[in-house]
Amino acid sequence: MTSSQTSVSLSIDGNQVQVPEGTTIHKACESAEINTPTLCWAENLTPVNVCRVCVVEVEGNRTLVPSCARPAEEGMVVHTDSERVRHSRRMVLEFLGSGVDLDQATPLHEWIVRYDADITRYDQPELPAAVIDEPIKIQDDLYIRDYNRCVLCYKCVEACGDDAQHTFAIAVAGRGFDARISTEYDVELPESACVYCGNCIGVCPTGAIQFKTEFDLRLAGDWRPDQQEITRTVCSYCGVGCNLEIHTQDGRIVKATSPADHSVTSGHLCVKGRFGWTYVQPST
Amino acid sequence: MTDLHFTDDRADSTEIEAVAAAIGNETVVVVDTERLIRGGTERRHQSRHLLLPALHALQRAKGWITPGGLNHVADVLQVPPAEAYGVATFYEMFRTVDPGHSESVTHVCVDAACQIAGSDTLGDELAAKGTAVHRSPCLGQCERAPARFVQGVGTPDEVPADSEPLVFHQQGDPSLRLLKRIGVVDPGSLDSYRSNGGYVALDRAIEMGAAAVLDAVADSGLSGRGGAAFPTGVKWRAVAAEEGCPKHVVANCDESEPGTFKDRVVMENDPFSIIESLTIAGFATSAENGWIYIRGEYPLAAARLEAAIDQARNAGLLGPDAAGSGHTFDIEIRRGAGAYICGEETALFASIEGFRGEPRSKPPFPTTHGLFGQPTAINNPETLLNVLDIVALGADEYRSRGTEKSPGTKLLCLSGRVANPGLYEVEFGTSLGQVLELAGGLTGSSELRAVLLGGAAGSFVGPESLGLPLTLEDTRNLGTTLGSGVVMAFTTDVDMTPVLIRIAEFFRNESCGQCVPCRIGTQRQHETLVQVGRIGSITADRRQLVDDMARAMADASICGLGHTASSAVSSALALGLIGGTT
Repeated sequence: MTSSQTSVSLSIDGNQVQVPEGTTIHKACESAEINTPTLCWAENLTPVNVCRVCVVEVEGNRTLVPSCARPAEEGMVVHTDSERVRHSRRMVLEFLGSGVDLDQATPLHEWIVRYDADITRYDQPELPAAVIDEPIKIQDDLYIRDYNRCVLCYKCVEACGDDAQHTFAIAVAGRGFDARISTEYDVELPESACVYCGNCIGVCPTGAIQFKTEFDLRLAGDWRPDQQEITRTVCSYCGVGCNLEIHTQDGRIVKATSPADHSVTSGHLCVKGRFGWTYVQPST
Repeated sequence: MTDLHFTDDRADSTEIEAVAAAIGNETVVVVDTERLIRGGTERRHQSRHLLLPALHALQRAKGWITPGGLNHVADVLQVPPAEAYGVATFYEMFRTVDPGHSESVTHVCVDAACQIAGSDTLGDELAAKGTAVHRSPCLGQCERAPARFVQGVGTPDEVPADSEPLVFHQQGDPSLRLLKRIGVVDPGSLDSYRSNGGYVALDRAIEMGAAAVLDAVADSGLSGRGGAAFPTGVKWRAVAAEEGCPKHVVANCDESEPGTFKDRVVMENDPFSIIESLTIAGFATSAENGWIYIRGEYPLAAARLEAAIDQARNAGLLGPDAAGSGHTFDIEIRRGAGAYICGEETALFASIEGFRGEPRSKPPFPTTHGLFGQPTAINNPETLLNVLDIVALGADEYRSRGTEKSPGTKLLCLSGRVANPGLYEVEFGTSLGQVLELAGGLTGSSELRAVLLGGAAGSFVGPESLGLPLTLEDTRNLGTTLGSGVVMAFTTDVDMTPVLIRIAEFFRNESCGQCVPCRIGTQRQHETLVQVGRIGSITADRRQLVDDMARAMADASICGLGHTASSAVSSALALGLIGGTT
């Protein structure tokens, strides 16, 4: 940002906040130290504003607006904790919790408490609330897809497509409650355009797509993130200089990530950086 | 050398020929060594607007979209196959699973007007005779319920009722404005249209100049007739003010609101009026590109518009210097493929562009970021029809009908338990009771139980509202809406519970799935109503749940579908039509 950039001034929960023009309401909230939950937004992806967890009330607007995508405007009066906002956030979390397995979607656990969401009230006598009920897709040694955990945030589609990899192996298929992330005709990943960069894993917030290593350890009841070490290094395969974060548990590598704010990777890697570390340790 | 990846499935010659016939033989130019990440991104958008017509061709050729056919289209248009599959699976009329036969499929409408006219039984009877039956959402033929639409395999689609003579109860009524030519003009003849007052308005518009047309439309107080009632003059002026890039005017002929069939009747019986008024829109906003997006279940309307466009083009009324205006304007038709959501303006743009019909967040609005991201004025055909009179008669004369806040006349789709269902034109301010009388009153000996106003996205009103003047302001004050002009009558002999369950199911099926409140909210709303139907009443906690869901869907959804998905259900509960009185 340059000094010539115009700024806009808005009110958020009664506080005057000044931000550069073009800043989203979500960012403006952040600068005012107001924590606004969001599920489908990420630093390294284009906002799709589909999860609606980040909605806020902007005076003069008939409906709530997605703070992640709406730019702040001069004179805007924003409420992030009004009854309307709390209600919609609570309902979105209830809806998600009623239909999706959120066990591994850690950030949501705190929000569900914060907004007093009752995810159990959708089951009715002899009529349980419909959930996504699909077998876990294990089609190779690198990753698994468990769409029972998918909140359809579009992040994996974006990372596979225009926002990072430009491979377009997956897209949203179907419609409404039956919409799913899918390859063409749901062909197995090895038959699809997938290049196994794993950038979909990197952005997935719920564990719907995850490393096979992590999946196996979880299955064995042996996934202990609090005992894992993260070592930052530079990928040794080529000269680009991608930063890697190597996650180890009990002295063994369990997965590789890259920081979303890294200037070279923006959090994205290729198949070698993401998965090419098995040679450093004997197979089990 | 393309860097798109395809499975080994290949199209056969039938499919390849069908696609070529639909979109021509021009393939996207692929530059050697070019990668998707650079020129490729632009390349894959270049011809993508041909994806929907190409998918139609595949569906027609085989009765389903085969993996080989999809690969072929994806290759020709340079669209990643996963994305093409995502588009194909979005639409009701496309199959991506082999149906195991190549028979035509008869779609039988299961929405309210047809439901209470016995469409379920009709579907069963057809199926028992060996017909391939698909239970379909509203087919836009509510005046001839129960409705059917036959989707051909290797043959054109057809609507059985189209072979019957037009039934129009107001034919010859001298007070008609919008419908004055229905049943009078020959829809296949430009000369007939001209001799019935056609193209007078366009000549007048050219004489007046674009600025004066914009003034007249603004002064007339015309507002959008698709449901949202946005002032047309404001919209057109905003598009006219945009300069330096291609601009579009779009006729939104995707009417899919259950209970709505007005656009169909106009398109089928007075197609030139849509073309003339769209041309005026293009002239007034200086947009060169006209589009008609018509729902896929209207084959006759599409054929008649297509023929009318050809005639208009041959007569110099479209094309360079259209009608001697000095302005270039032409029109392209796109057929939808069965998706209620594509009537939402931004979803409609996405659909034309060859993407899934998912609405975009507004702002930015279509007037600056519309079709292909360019300034666009999009209007319902009924709105456009009004412009002909505004230009020809002048704003003052136009305002002599209707009320101060709702000037002019309104098309109403009468269906359900009325003696003469059909399309009617009435002056704004006519009462609901008068409208029902106009349609011959109720059928049978039963009393009126409720009227669904504005379609599934509208709301129910009870017999106490028969005196309600049908205007934008009066309906708004009552907390209801005229929406797309649906007036569907239900008598006391109708069991309302299945009707409400079906309305809830309709939204559940038609949600695009993009945003959480609508995707899951419509599912849970449907489940809750199914439960109410089972136990015959609604408990206090279920009632609370319905209200909680309704508020969140109305407040936090991306588009109008989610915003209105609970309105009919909420109004029915308030009136005690289901779940016992409250």
